[in-house]
Amino acid sequence: MSAKVVARLESQFGDRILAKSAFRGDEEVTIAPKDWVEVATFLRDDPACAMDHFGDLTAVDWPLREREGQPRFDLVLYVRSTEKRHRIRVKTKVRDGEQPKTLTTVWAGANWAEREIWDMFGIRFDGHKDMRRILLYEEFEGHPLRKDYPIDRAQPLVEYRDVENVTKLPPFGIEEGQPFTRIDWEERLAGHAEPVSPSIAVQTGVRRTLSDSEIAEAAAARVAQEPAADEPSENAS
Amino acid sequence: MEPADDILECDDEALELPADPMRLNMGPSHPAMHGTIRLVLDLDGETVMNVDVQPGYLHRGFEKSCERGTWGQVFPYTDRLNYVSPMLNNVGFALAAEKLLGIEVPERCQYYRVILGELARITDHFTCNGAAAMELGAFTPFLWLLKVRDWIWDILEKETGARMTHSFGRIGGMAAPPTDGFKDDVRAILPEVEKVVMESERLLLGNRIFLDRMQGVGVLEKERALALGVTGPVLRSTGVAYDVRKDHPYMVYDRFDFEVPVGQDGDNWDRFMVRMEEIRQSLRIIRQALEQMPDDGPIVVDDPRIVLPPKREVYTTIEATIAHFKLVMEGLRCPKGAVYSFTEGGNGELGFYLVSDGSGTPYRVRVRPPCWYNLQAARDMLLGDMVADIVPTFGSVNMIGGECDR
Repeated sequence: MSAKVVARLESQFGDRILAKSAFRGDEEVTIAPKDWVEVATFLRDDPACAMDHFGDLTAVDWPLREREGQPRFDLVLYVRSTEKRHRIRVKTKVRDGEQPKTLTTVWAGANWAEREIWDMFGIRFDGHKDMRRILLYEEFEGHPLRKDYPIDRAQPLVEYRDVENVTKLPPFGIEEGQPFTRIDWEERLAGHAEPVSPSIAVQTGVRRTLSDSEIAEAAAARVAQEPAADEPSENAS
Repeated sequence: MEPADDILECDDEALELPADPMRLNMGPSHPAMHGTIRLVLDLDGETVMNVDVQPGYLHRGFEKSCERGTWGQVFPYTDRLNYVSPMLNNVGFALAAEKLLGIEVPERCQYYRVILGELARITDHFTCNGAAAMELGAFTPFLWLLKVRDWIWDILEKETGARMTHSFGRIGGMAAPPTDGFKDDVRAILPEVEKVVMESERLLLGNRIFLDRMQGVGVLEKERALALGVTGPVLRSTGVAYDVRKDHPYMVYDRFDFEVPVGQDGDNWDRFMVRMEEIRQSLRIIRQALEQMPDDGPIVVDDPRIVLPPKREVYTTIEATIAHFKLVMEGLRCPKGAVYSFTEGGNGELGFYLVSDGSGTPYRVRVRPPCWYNLQAARDMLLGDMVADIVPTFGSVNMIGGECDR
């Protein structure tokens, strides 16, 4: 449906379209970050494209690409046209710390999408007037959808209560049974070819617990020290 | 003593009320709000001069959690996106994964998905419109609509085993074939839905209070709505006839005869009426689907690399045991690549952008929540209206916290 848009973009921008693909019928073009706003404005204003309906803007983190000197993040934009009923996916690659230009000047809907990308991936947008976190709180450290952010890391705003004689473990306590994640990105980014399951890592002594939380570790240590008091004695009849 | 004279003798400055805008926090936990959300309002008298909509209180890391397990383990999370119509989310994700795999489910399954999905859409619109009426003081339609919603959930419970969080979708089909009395059950509920819609409309549409609170309130411009990425009933109320089922038909939606209702003013009233009319159109689709749906045939694709084998075979044959083990331990392997698949959810275009690195674990699952962009437009709707108008306007946006904050 949108092959025409790809052809139109190619005739307009020529070599500046770095790549194009149509995997499973999803037409996609890749452009450089410097052309980001120009291509977007063209898509909106060109009568043959007429992309007036903002679809979605998101990012994908590829930390392993950094080693090859490639930019770390993909920015993915979706827009569609109400009149022509076609849609296209535009992609660009940005480096960690690079600030691409904001799309809020082209489509107002990019506002919250860009705030979410800042929140989740830590990509700031140049020219965005309201670059606050949107889903998480301002005190939050790090950007959780980056692959190197551990999935089981807890950052409570209010400290877990520490009351004596409470048998409950704090939330995000030690995992028993199934590991919490199948891919350990810490291991992978450290250069291990094979992903190590955290549960295997615990068994082989590489990691102490499956959780990063110090409270959970302390709780685990406490549970290990205390003898099980509630169990009925075997001699009781 | 004549107080009026005293006032007249005062100088004018002392009489003036403070003119600074007042800052009012509405939420995060407010009885009239759907879900947990905070609005920071700047008020001039009772007029909303500025509003900062602050979502995120229900954020639980949906997208991060999806990167943790197998492709099939995403389904329980999708249930909790739009928890009023979980079946639509199940089907939306299943379609996205099937697009990534390049497969198509059997025809019977497609009809089954359509019928269950349309039932879920009816419950979604019932909830939204019933709550909208209740918040304006009309409690009866709310109870009537929710009574029938419960009957629909009885059907869904019979089919899936759960009333709300079904987890019934599977990549390559559905978890179970339709029960024996499925078609009869659905046929029996349709007149009830029609009746309750008519009864509720009779109560509401002639009600002066309801009309005054809905008409001309929370207006959204068409061009603005498009630029903001608004979809679903909220967009259609502004006059744009964009319905994914009609514009980009998926499954068997191109075989049904149905209309896309649109409004013209983009106010609360239009949003309410578009949803009411969509319930009727969903009934039309269900009726046709019931006629066309085959009574026999497979409900899942015939591919042991994708679909779990029947339990009986797992226990008796080695091939099925191996297939089961590999699917559970490794997960099904999607080819390397990225797809965007979108369906018409209860609130609009529900999109899934899936990135696969060829392993059994999703590399990235991005859900495009319709609520997210609809809620972004709420600021435009609220500006210039009264504080009391926030409640019906916000209700008609139908923000679902689970989907919006993920």
